[in-house]
Amino acid sequence: MARLARLADSRLLIPVRLLGLTALAFVAVGVFLLLFGKNPLAAYRAIFAGAFGSTYGLSEVVVRAIPLMLCAAATAIPARIGLLNVGGEGQLHAGAMAATWGALTLGFLPRAALLPGLVALGLLGGAAAALVPAVLRWAAGVNETISTLLLNYVIVLLVEYVVRGPWKDPMSYNWPFTPEFSDSARLGLYWGTRIHAGLWFALVAIALFYFVLRRTRWGYEVRVIGDNPEAAVRAGIPLGRYILLTMCAGGALAGLAGMAEVCAIQSRLRPGISTGFGYTGFLVSWLALHHPLGIVAMAVLLGVLSVGGDQVQISLGLPYATVNIIMALIFFVVLGSRFRAARTA
Amino acid sequence: MLASVLEGGIRAGTPILYATLGEVIAERAGVVNLGVEGAILVGACAGFITTAQTQSPLLGIAAAALAGGVASLVHAFMVVTVRANQIASGLALMFLCLGVTSFVGRPYVAVKINAVAPLAVPGLSDLPVVGRLLFSHDVLVYGAYLLAPLIWLILFYTKWGLALRAVGERQAVAFASGLPTAVVQYAAVVCGGVLAGVAGAHLSLAYARSWVEGMSNGRGFIAVALVIFATWHPLRAVLGAVIFGAVFALQLQIQARGVALSPYFLDMTPYLLTLFGLLLLARTQRHTMPEGLKEVFEGLK
Amino acid sequence: MYLRLDGIAKSFPGVLANCGISLEVDRGEIHALLGENGAGKSTLMKVLYGFYQPDAGTISVDGARLDLRSPSDAIRAGIGMVFQSFMLIPAFSVVENIALALPRLGVVPDTAEIRERVRQYGARYGLTVDPDAKVWQLSVGEQQRVEIIKLLVSGARILILDEPTSVLAPHEIRGLFEILQTLRRDGYTILFITHKLKEVMAIADRITVLRKGSVVGTLSRDKATEQDLAYMLLGERELRTDTFSRRGRADGARPVLELESVSVPGERGRCGLAGVSLSLHGGEILGVAGVTGNGQTELGEAILGLRRAAHGRILLDGVDVSHATTARMLEAGVACIPEDPLRMGVAPGLTIAENMILTERRRFMPRGGLFTDWRAIRRAIEERIENFGLTIPRLTVPVGTLSGGNVQRLLLLRELSRRPKLLVTFYPTRGLDIAATRMAHELLMMARNGGAAILLISEDLDELLDLSDRLVVFSRGAIVGAFRPGEIDTVDIGLLMTGAKRHEWHDSPASPIPAS
Repeated sequence: MARLARLADSRLLIPVRLLGLTALAFVAVGVFLLLFGKNPLAAYRAIFAGAFGSTYGLSEVVVRAIPLMLCAAATAIPARIGLLNVGGEGQLHAGAMAATWGALTLGFLPRAALLPGLVALGLLGGAAAALVPAVLRWAAGVNETISTLLLNYVIVLLVEYVVRGPWKDPMSYNWPFTPEFSDSARLGLYWGTRIHAGLWFALVAIALFYFVLRRTRWGYEVRVIGDNPEAAVRAGIPLGRYILLTMCAGGALAGLAGMAEVCAIQSRLRPGISTGFGYTGFLVSWLALHHPLGIVAMAVLLGVLSVGGDQVQISLGLPYATVNIIMALIFFVVLGSRFRAARTA
Repeated sequence: MLASVLEGGIRAGTPILYATLGEVIAERAGVVNLGVEGAILVGACAGFITTAQTQSPLLGIAAAALAGGVASLVHAFMVVTVRANQIASGLALMFLCLGVTSFVGRPYVAVKINAVAPLAVPGLSDLPVVGRLLFSHDVLVYGAYLLAPLIWLILFYTKWGLALRAVGERQAVAFASGLPTAVVQYAAVVCGGVLAGVAGAHLSLAYARSWVEGMSNGRGFIAVALVIFATWHPLRAVLGAVIFGAVFALQLQIQARGVALSPYFLDMTPYLLTLFGLLLLARTQRHTMPEGLKEVFEGLK
Repeated sequence: MYLRLDGIAKSFPGVLANCGISLEVDRGEIHALLGENGAGKSTLMKVLYGFYQPDAGTISVDGARLDLRSPSDAIRAGIGMVFQSFMLIPAFSVVENIALALPRLGVVPDTAEIRERVRQYGARYGLTVDPDAKVWQLSVGEQQRVEIIKLLVSGARILILDEPTSVLAPHEIRGLFEILQTLRRDGYTILFITHKLKEVMAIADRITVLRKGSVVGTLSRDKATEQDLAYMLLGERELRTDTFSRRGRADGARPVLELESVSVPGERGRCGLAGVSLSLHGGEILGVAGVTGNGQTELGEAILGLRRAAHGRILLDGVDVSHATTARMLEAGVACIPEDPLRMGVAPGLTIAENMILTERRRFMPRGGLFTDWRAIRRAIEERIENFGLTIPRLTVPVGTLSGGNVQRLLLLRELSRRPKLLVTFYPTRGLDIAATRMAHELLMMARNGGAAILLISEDLDELLDLSDRLVVFSRGAIVGAFRPGEIDTVDIGLLMTGAKRHEWHDSPASPIPAS
C-alpha cells in the first residue's frame, strides 16, 4: 500500500500531468483560431471526427503512428545518453533509398528472400546516415543537432535527384518516381486498410528498446551515462562506443520506417514519402520524455492529430498546419513544465 | 560570370548575414537559438503580408523585425527564465513558427507585391565594375553590410558589448560584477530575433519577392553553423555570408547555362559545405567559443 | 581598533561553522587567519564580505556598525575579497576584466586610462601585469595581481585574501608578500586566510588561530613560534596506542602497486604530480596525508587510468598499466572511493541496487548481459549488506535521495565487497558520524587483513595515524615525507603538511616493509 502511494507520487502521475498540459496547448490554439475568426470547437470536433469517426480514420491513425514510433525511437535512443538526433527525416529517406535499390535490383527474388533483405537494407541505410554525424561528434566534437539537421536537407535532395535521374521510371513521362516495386518487394496490407507489417516492426522495435534498456547490460550502461556521464567514465563505461552505437541504432530504426513507407504505402520511391515523420517523430520522443512506452502513446496521439489535420482541411478548409501548431505548442508546454526528460525510466 | 556570381552572392548572402549577425549577438551572450529558422520565417511572412496590405515595403520590414523579435522572446523566456534545454526550445520555436506561418500565410501564396526596389547609390553606382557589384543593391543589402562593422564596434569597444560578452563567457563572474545577466540575455536573444526577422523580410520582399511555405529552407541552420565558422566574430560573418550567397547564386548561374549537373546536387552544396566547414573548424571552435556555450554544444546533458 | 568582529556565529544544516568568533584588526595591519580545513576561516571571511549573513554578532569598521547583506554592500563599505577560485574571465584581457569591476564606466570605456592605472599600480605596489594580455595567458601569480587590482579600483581599503598562496610557486609567494607589504605601508588592511605556518611567520603582523569554529588564540608574530602555532592548530593529541593490529602483513615479495617517478601535468592552476614514486604491498594501508589540492586527485586519477602519466610508469602486480583504460584497471581488481562521491561515484537518478553493481557490471550481468535478473541482483546485494552487518535500505530508491553520508557508506560497501586487490580511497569517512566512522575503519582493516592493498588519502590526521601502516605526506604534487605512525609527532606532521618543513629521509618510501 505504501508502495503504491510512493509510486503515485512520482512516475505514474507523469502521464496525467502530461495530459493536463496537452489540454493547455489545445486551449492556446483555440485562442489562436478565434483570433483568425475560425471556430475552435468545430476544428477540434473535426480533428477527432477524422480520427475516430470511421474505421478508415482509425486505421489511418495506426498507419501514421508506425513511422512516428520508429522515428521517435531514432531520437529517443541517443537522447538517453544526452545526444540530440534531429536527423530522423534524413535517416528515414536514407533507409528508403537503400530499400529501393534492393527492390529495383533484386526484385526478381522470391518474397521470403527479398523482404528480409529489404528490411536489412532499410536498417543499414538509416544507420549509415546516422554514422556520419556520430563520428563527427565522437571524433571532432561537432554538435550532432546541427550536423543531423544539415544532413536532412542533403539526403532529401539526394532522393529528389535519384528519382529523376538514375532510378527514374522510364515509362512515366516525367513524373518523379521510380518504377513500381515488384510484388515480392511489397509489404502486405491488413484488413482492407493501409495498415502494414511495419506495425510489427515498430512494436517490436519499441519492445526491444524497452527490453534492452531495462534488462541488458548495454541498456544499463546507457542509463548510467545519461544520468551521470562522469560516474560512467570513472566506472570504465566507454563513452565513445555508445555515442556511435546509439546514433546508429536510432538511425537504423528511422531507416526502417523509410523502408516500410516505400514498400508498403508507396510501392515506389518518390519525393514526399514522408510528411515530416522525422521531425514529428522527434516531437513524439520529447513528449514521451524519451520513454519507450510513452512513445507508443504519443505516437498515437500525434497520429490522431495528423489524421485530424487532413480532416480539418477537407471539412473546414483550414490548413493542415493547424495541427502542426498544436503539436509545437504541446512541445513548448512540456518543455516549459520542467520535466526532466527521463534518462532513467 | 564571376562578377555576376559575386553580385548575386552579395544579394543572396544578405538574409544569411542578417541572421548570422543576430545569432552572433545571442550566442555571445551565451544563448544558442536554433529557432532562428523560425524567426526568419515569421519575418518573411509578416513582412510579406504587411507589404501586400499596405503597399509599403518599409512597413513590411518593420513588421518583419517586430515579428522576429517577438518570436525570439518566447525562446528567451524558455531558456533564461524557465531554464529549458536550449536546443530543444529552439527547435520547438522553429516548429511553431513553421506551423503558424503556414497557417497565416496561406492566402498570400500567389500574391504579387510592391517589392523593395534596388537603390542605386548616386555617383558610385556608375563606376565601371564596382558600381554594379557593390552599389546597385537594395536598401536592406546595404544595411546588412553596414551593420556588421557597427556590431563589431559595439561588441568590442563599448561597455554594452563588454557586458554582453562577459555574460556569455562566465555568467557567474558577470553576475558578481553586478550585471543583470538575465536582462542581458533576453535583450541579446530578442535582438537576434529582430535581425532574423529582417533577414526574412529581405527573403520575401527583395530576393524572392513572394511568399512560399517554409521558404527559409534551412538558412537559419546555416546561419547557426556560420556563427561557428566566423568564430563568433561579426566581420568574419560577412565573409561567410558572401561565400554562401555565392553558392546559392552559382546554382542559378549554372542552371541558366544549361550545364548538365542536376540542380539537386547544386542545391546540396550549401549544406555540404557547411558540414565540411564544421568538421574542419572543430578544433578552432573549441578555442574560440564563448565559454558559456561549451555546455550547450558539447555537454552530454 | 579599525575593524571589529564581535561574537560572529554562523551555522549551516548540520555544521556549526563559526561559534561566537571575535576578532580585532588594526588599520594597516596584515592579519593572518590560521586553521585547518573546516576550521571556519572561509566562512568567517565570507560573513565579513557580505556573502553570508551571520546568525549572531556584529561587524564594525572605524567604530561604525555595518549591515552587510550582499557583497555589493561590502564593496561599498570598502571591503573586498579575492577568492581561491578567481572571479576572472579568461578570454578577456586584463583591461577588460578590470573594466567590469569599475564602479563607473563610460559608454566607450577609456581603455587608455585603465591601462595607465594598471601601470601605476604596478609601479607603486609591484602589481605588475601586462594590461593587454588575455587572462588565460597569465600565470596564476599574475592573475592574482589582477584580482587585487580589481579590489583597489573598486575602492576597497580592507582586502581579504582566501588561501592566496595555495596556487603559487615559491618565488611567486615572495612576490606576493612584497606586494602586501607595500600595500600595508599605504594603510591598506589585509586579512589573510591560510593553513601554512611558514608563510604566516613570514608575513603576518598578528595571527589568529581557529579550530573547529572557535578562536584558539591571537598572537603577534614576534611572540609566536612555529611550534606554538602548530600546537594551537592541531591541539592536544596523544599518540594513540594500537587500537588495531598495527603491523601490516605485507604479502608477497612483489608490491601490488608501484609508481615510478610518475608525473602528471597540472591543469588550470592545479599542481599535478611531480615525479612521485611509491610502492604498496597487499595487506598494508599506505596513508597519504596532505591538504586537499596538492596532487591527491591526480594521484587517484593516474592510478585509475583516467589520466595519462606524462612521465614514469605505473605497475600493478608487476604489469605495466601506465596506459591501461579505466575498465581494465577495474577488472584487474582496482577499486576507488572518489573525493566527491555524489558527483563522481554514483548515478543519482538510478536506484541503490543499480548503483551497487556499477563497478562490477560483468559479474552481475553475465551471459552477454542479456536478461538481467534484477530480483536476483537485489537479493545478492541484500546478502552482501547483511554480511557487513548493516540494515538493508529500500534498494529501489534513487540514490539521489540519500544523504551524503549514506552515499559514502554505499560506496564503501560497494567497493569493499568486491574484495579488490587495490583500493584507492579518498576521505572515506567524510560526512559520517562517529559510529559509522568506526564501522568504516573496521571494514578497511578487515580488507587489509584480507590481503588488500589500500591507499588511504585523507585530511584527517587521526584517521591516518590510526589506520595506516605507513604514511607519506603530499605537498605540491610530490612526496615530502615518509614515515611510520609513531615515528614522528603530530606537530611535525602538521608542519610537513603545511609545507613548512621537509622530512629528512631515513627510509625511502619506495622500499618495502620487511615482512614481519
